Formats: sequence, structure tokens, C-alpha cells
Amino acid sequence: MLKKTPFHTWTSALMQANQWRRWNGYEVASAYEMTHDREYLAIRNACALIDISPLCKYHISGPDALRFLNRLVTRDVSACPIGGMLYTPWCNSQGQVIDDGTIAHLDTDLYRLTSAEPNLRWLQDNAIGMQVQIEDVGEQIAALALQGPCSRALLQTLTDAPLASLKYYGFVNTTIAGVPVMISRTGYTGDLGYELWLSADADSTAAVWQALTTAGRSYGLHPAGIWALDVARIEAGLIMLDVDYTAAPQAMTAAQASSPFEIGLGWAVNFKKGNFVGRSALLAEKERGPSLQLVGLEVDHMAFERQHHELGLPVPYPFKAWREVVPLFVDGQQVGYATSGTWSPTLKKYIVLAQVQPKYAAPGSTVTIDLMVDRYRRPFAAKVVKLPFFNPARKKSVG
Amino acid sequence: MSNHRYDAIVIGGGHNGLVNAAYLAKAGKRVLVLERRHVVGGATVTEEVYPGFKFLIFSYLISLLRPEVIQELELARHGLEIMPLESTYVPLLDGNYLADWPDHDATKYEISRHSKRDAEAYDEYARTMRRLALAVRPLMELIPPDPTSVSPKDLATMAKVTGVLNQMRQDDFYLLSRLMTMSAADFLEEWFESPPLLGTKATSGIIGTFMGPRSPGTGYVLLHHYIGEIDGVFRAWGFARGGTGALSQALASAAREAGVEIKVNSPVAQVIVKNGTAVGVALENGDEYYADVIVSNADAKHTFLKLVESQHLPDDFLHDIRRYRVRSPACKVNLALDGLPNFTSLPKGKEALLRGSIEIAPSIDYLERAYDDAKYGGWAKRPFMDALIPSLLDPGMAPPGKHVMSMFVEYAASDLEGGWTEEKKAEFLDVVIDTLAEYAPNLKDIIIHKHIMTPADIEQTIGISSGHIFHGELALQQLFFLRPSPKWSNYRTPVPNLYMCGSSTHPGGCITGAPGRNAALAILEDRR
Repeated sequence: MLKKTPFHTWTSALMQANQWRRWNGYEVASAYEMTHDREYLAIRNACALIDISPLCKYHISGPDALRFLNRLVTRDVSACPIGGMLYTPWCNSQGQVIDDGTIAHLDTDLYRLTSAEPNLRWLQDNAIGMQVQIEDVGEQIAALALQGPCSRALLQTLTDAPLASLKYYGFVNTTIAGVPVMISRTGYTGDLGYELWLSADADSTAAVWQALTTAGRSYGLHPAGIWALDVARIEAGLIMLDVDYTAAPQAMTAAQASSPFEIGLGWAVNFKKGNFVGRSALLAEKERGPSLQLVGLEVDHMAFERQHHELGLPVPYPFKAWREVVPLFVDGQQVGYATSGTWSPTLKKYIVLAQVQPKYAAPGSTVTIDLMVDRYRRPFAAKVVKLPFFNPARKKSVG
Repeated sequence: MSNHRYDAIVIGGGHNGLVNAAYLAKAGKRVLVLERRHVVGGATVTEEVYPGFKFLIFSYLISLLRPEVIQELELARHGLEIMPLESTYVPLLDGNYLADWPDHDATKYEISRHSKRDAEAYDEYARTMRRLALAVRPLMELIPPDPTSVSPKDLATMAKVTGVLNQMRQDDFYLLSRLMTMSAADFLEEWFESPPLLGTKATSGIIGTFMGPRSPGTGYVLLHHYIGEIDGVFRAWGFARGGTGALSQALASAAREAGVEIKVNSPVAQVIVKNGTAVGVALENGDEYYADVIVSNADAKHTFLKLVESQHLPDDFLHDIRRYRVRSPACKVNLALDGLPNFTSLPKGKEALLRGSIEIAPSIDYLERAYDDAKYGGWAKRPFMDALIPSLLDPGMAPPGKHVMSMFVEYAASDLEGGWTEEKKAEFLDVVIDTLAEYAPNLKDIIIHKHIMTPADIEQTIGISSGHIFHGELALQQLFFLRPSPKWSNYRTPVPNLYMCGSSTHPGGCITGAPGRNAALAILEDRR
């Protein structure tokens, strides 16, 4: 009863250690190789191919498409030209985040919305009274992420599209191996990278996969699973639904839900664009000040290493990212909690995404986090730093 | 050898009576339980009606059994094992089906086969009901207050009730207020659109209740069935190994260990009242037993219209008891089977669904029509059924290779026109089997023995008025501080030293043990 993505025939052929996981009712790879480390290194040093087909996708069309989207999400969609995409959360009327995703302005009165979780019901219920059609195209569109410093060079061998001048969050329609593909300069790794959107039919997916992996041999292309992606997205300071925040419909209490301000998405809330779902609650919260703020932390990994060496143990930096709620303390009082953490081989740091009370959120502040050292639970200092942890110029560079 | 003098006598060894006795005994009281049948349990029994096959002749699943009762009476140590039912299977006549599984992705997949909207709504619905159940759960262990009273105790309890409501999320409070006054159908139609999902969810609103899914008030019954939990998991329903009779055996074991004396084959005919106070009971054979406290596990009508002479009861109370609603729509059918029923809509590879709940509830209209047929004193031509095959979970319930199938059936009026004669019984049993056979065509070929308990049979066997499984409707006009009568909703009665501990008191029916426990606490409070 788990669905297979359109690329399953090829991804399953690569699977060495039966390391599958679930994503939105689909089977996807945690890692193809026995370990995920080279898959991660490919993201930062060559290029990686990630099957992101389980993303939910909806086509929004009709004369009221823009009006509908602007009512639904917190950002101003009218600022997005045809050929552009934007990233935005959307909230319920209490200003609690339901989900986050991208909106691509495909054509006049035609947009594509992506989301982590299914949102058909929410979209339909908010469209009542508007001339807009909402189509769930999740299973009709296959999607791949091609991320890493060699991604552009690789893609350029497969298409004439002007990738060098394609701006961050822009997209072009082109073909690869004769198959129509939309290439957007987007991704979840905080690096130079692209996402490819194509028809999910067997012939199209076969042709594009073959073309990419064949050409990819000259560019160090590695298919990569979610373990590798998780390290990269934490380096990029990117939050994940269900890990760093609980979607409002799944929250059992108000305390479990989050506003955009609490999860680092305050910049995506536009109060000037007119009414949208959650606006008055968000305005009130802005005035009050949010109770939590998203921060990046650098754990004192030298102390972590030292304490292991003192026990005669090598230091077990977490090469696989952890996704746990871990309390954070200042002077014995809990001031927030961490939600994701990983060792960053690129930054040579132990980085953590967390939410803390605003008075402890200034860069340079320190909080205490308990980590296990062998059988012992020990406190370690973690320093607040600005997000993202990793932000290379190549992510947005053109030309 | 026992003398005939005790601290407390419990009339009826149903599950609440046993719970009540156990708690009183643990508090140091010498307790006697008098049970009319040859076994304790009341409606919580397993019986080998046909040799080798154990039938669930009345209750069949456990969910609302209070965790406090399980822990405080150490029922696990006394042999209670509950196996959660993990799936639901709703076969449809067009060869399609609906299912839910313990796995989230699997359930989403099954519901999306019918409606993508419903698959999304399902999670939110489940969470919402869990929050509502969590919110009202504390009310289960409350001794109902008298809202008209300004006594410190009543005010304190009212404050607790208000406190519970204040703790809720604002939107949940409004939703609860609406749910209390709505029909299950109206409430569910705000969430879902596909008929089989609506049908199967609506059954929780009509089980044991002579109301259709479109009757206001069934919204509460729906919530009532969500307040159960197994090991902290709300809404889990489980099968006790050995059938629900295993629960009464565990309760009896716990009670005996605490010092309770249980006499079976001892039907009580009357409560002995002297100088206006209850002092003892008389059995049908004339034997008399005396105690400081008499507790009735029988339903309110049976207790006050049969066991207590009317001269001892105030007329306004008698009036309340006479109009207390007990009309019942429920029958229980059991089949001894030579093999498994072959459901045509069950896909290959999903045979595991036969281990869960099997529901004949293809839509709300189906349930409502079943109710329409019975409303005027008839029975459903196409009944609703909540079925399971216990032998798939517990092989001890049937000989190897054979099975028992238990079906809870509605609607068939307790006041059937012309009465429940032997002919009528047999005729309705055939209606039930014919209906089920539409979904599993081999059914009649594999029936070794068929058995039905009609409301009349339930009344005759275990004494419940009109055979009402909840000892009276869970209708808003007779719940909480109104159950079974205003001013007498806190387990006490107009007769000093006479108490009630059965499902005619708060929090009502289902296997909960809550009335039994709450009544024990009320009695101990009074005896302090």
C-alpha cells in the first residue's frame, strides 16, 4: 500500500542496502549506497540527483487564480512574474502555519503550488466563491532535484536553455532528450541547483533519468537519498514540516502550532498586500512579539570531542542528521528546544536548528544543550549564529 | 459458611457490580454480590452456547474500560488481556470496499480510493475527536453535581466541570457545544463526503441507541465512543482474550482476592426497606441478607419498579423512572462457522482485514433506513451490523479450522409489534444472515449453528429493562446530572442506604467500570 514514484524502476536498481523510507505515502530512498556520506559529498562537491516526486503539486487556474493565491498565502503573489517562483508558508485564521511550499507562475492565470502535505481540501474550501479551478497533479508530474556545483554544467550539456542567466527562483521550459521539462532554479540544499518538473509517464521519466545519469558520469553525478539531503538542508538553514514545526491541523494544542514568525518565516509575511488568511492574528502577534524565534546553533564540538577522548572513545559526530526535540537551557531554565542537528562536513561544525525565546536569540548568545557522551548525559554550550549556516555565492550567481 | 450480615450487598454481578464490590472490599468492607445467573458478568459474558464454540452473546469489545479500574484492580495480573482491533473493513455490494488500518499511510491510501478530500480530512477529524475526548475524559470520573445546589461540594464539582471546559481550545469548545446538540450525520458531513466513510463513522453514533444517525443527540453518542482508550491510545477498541467474559472473570478474581463473597443462582426479588431505610434484600426463594448498604447494579427501571416497593419512593422520582427511556434496538447474533466467510469485495492480500471490525454500514442512508424500518415497532429489512471473527484473534474461541462470528445488529425494536415470538426470532435471524450473505455468498454453506439474542432475550436472561445495553438511552435528557433522574444522579437514591452502581448512572453505558467505581467512592464518602 505504499506508492512507488515514477522513477522507482531505476532508483530501486541502485538500492544496495534496502534503506527505504516513507514520504507522503511513497517509498523513497534514505540512501542508495551502504552509507550516505558520498551522496552528501556529491551535493557539495559535484552534483546529486534526488527524487522529489512525492511532493504534492496543484495547478491553480482561472480568472481568480491570483486573487485566490493571494488570499491563501502570506506572501504577495502578484510580485511573481510568469517564469518566476516564490517560496511561502500559508496559515489558518489563527496565524498558525499549515504548510510551506512554492508557487510557480506558469502562464496567465495558471500557477503551480507545491506542498509537503496534501492540501486539496484546504485549497478547495478557500476557493469557494471564486472562479478558480484546483487540480491535484501530484501523481501526473514527476520531479527531480539536481543540486551541486556541477549541476549547471551537467544540465547545459542536455539543453540549450539559457541556464547561465536563469536567476534564482526563475524557471524555463525546455526539453531533455526530447521530453518537455520545466527547469527551475530552486532546491532544498542552499546550493547551486535546479529542480526538474516533467510528466510522470514511463517514457518521459525513463528518457530523462537515462539522459541525466549518462551525462552525469562526466560530472560526478550521484543519486542521493534523504539522509544526504537532510544534512544539506540543515546547513542551508531550511526548516522541515513535522520536524522543525508541527502543521496546525496536526497540533493537539496551540503551543504545538507555530506562527511564521516563530520559524524564521516572518520575512514571508506581507501585511501590505491586502487581506489573507491569518492576517489579523499575525498582525496581533507581530505587535506582541512572537514567543519563540528560529535560530541556528553551533554546538561546542571541541568540548564534545574532548569529553569522548577523556573516556578513550573516538568522537561520534552525527553524520546522519537527527530529528528530535531536545530542550535548551539557560541557567537551568528551559528557554527553547532544538529540532534538527547534524555534523556539517563542509563547515566542520556541529550545527543545530532551534527555536528559543527572543531574549536568548541574539547571535552570540549561548544556551546549554544536553548530549549523550557514551552512557552519560552531559551539558554542552551552543552558540547562536545567523542562518543560513552555509550560503555559497554560487547559489544565486548568474553569468 | 457465611452469615447473612454484611457491610454491603451488591445486587447483580455485572461488570459494574463487580467493580463496585471490589472497591468497597479494598476499603475494608465485607461485601456480598448476589447474581441471578449461574455466572457473573451480566452482559459481560462468554458462553459456549454450542459445544466447542465460545459465543459473545451480549457485549463483544472493550474500549471505555477505565484505565484507573485496570490499574487499581490490577486486572492484568488477574488475567485480563486485551488485543486491540487494528482495522475496519466495510464491504460494499458493488464489489468495492473501504478499509482502515493501524498504519497511517495505508489508511490514507484506502480512503483516497474513495475521496482525496476525505483522506486529508481523516487525520484532522481523528485528531479533533482525540482532543475532544481528552478534554471531556475527566468528566467520566466525576460524581455528577447538582447544578441547582449551592452546597460547597456541588459548587466545587461545578467548578471542576467549568475548569475542564476552560482548558479546551476555544475552537474545540465551540465544536463540542455544537456536537452535543447535533446528529452524528450532520457532524460527520461537515468533514467527509464519501458514503462508506460516513456510514462507518456514523455507526459510533447509533450503537446501542434507538436513534438514527440523523437524530440530534447522536453526536454525543459518537463522542462517547471516542472516550475509550487502550494503553493511552484513544479510540482503540479491543477484544479480550477469551471474550468479554474474561473481563468479568478477572474482575471476580480481583473482587474475591479483596474478600468479596459472590453467590450465583441468587436472584434478588426485593430490597427490604425498614422505617424508610434499605436494610437488606430478599431472594426469589425467600432467603434474606442484611447489610448497612445495598447497591443495585440493575438498571433504574428494574431497580425502582421491580425491586423496591413504590410506597418507599417519592412520586416525582417514580415519574422520572417511568419515563426514563429504555426502548432498545439491538440484537446480538453469533454464528459457529465451518471455515471463514468469503467476502467478494475483499481484495487478495488483504485477508488481514478479517481480523478487525467488519461493518455492514455502506452509508448514512443505509443506517437511517434501518432505523426507519424499526421506528414503528418493526425491524430493519437490511440491518446494520458491527461484526468480528474473534477466533482469528483468539484461536481458543473455536475448534481448530472453525470459527465464531459475532454480529451486533440494529435496528429491531424491543417493543416489536406482536412481540418477540419464537417465529419472529427465527425470522429476524434469517434476515440478518441473508443480509450478510449478500456480502459473503458462502456464508449459509458454512453455518454450523446460529444464535440470536433479541432485546426480549436480553431482558429475560440478565434482567435489563427492554434489553437496553446501556441501561437506558445515552440521550442528553438523561445524562450526567439527569441520569437516571434529576437530584438522584450521584449514585444515591431516595431510599437511604440504597445506591445505584450500574449504567443507569453517570457516565452511562459501555463496559467502563466507571459507575461501579464512582458509586463505591460515593458510598465510602457517605460512610466516612
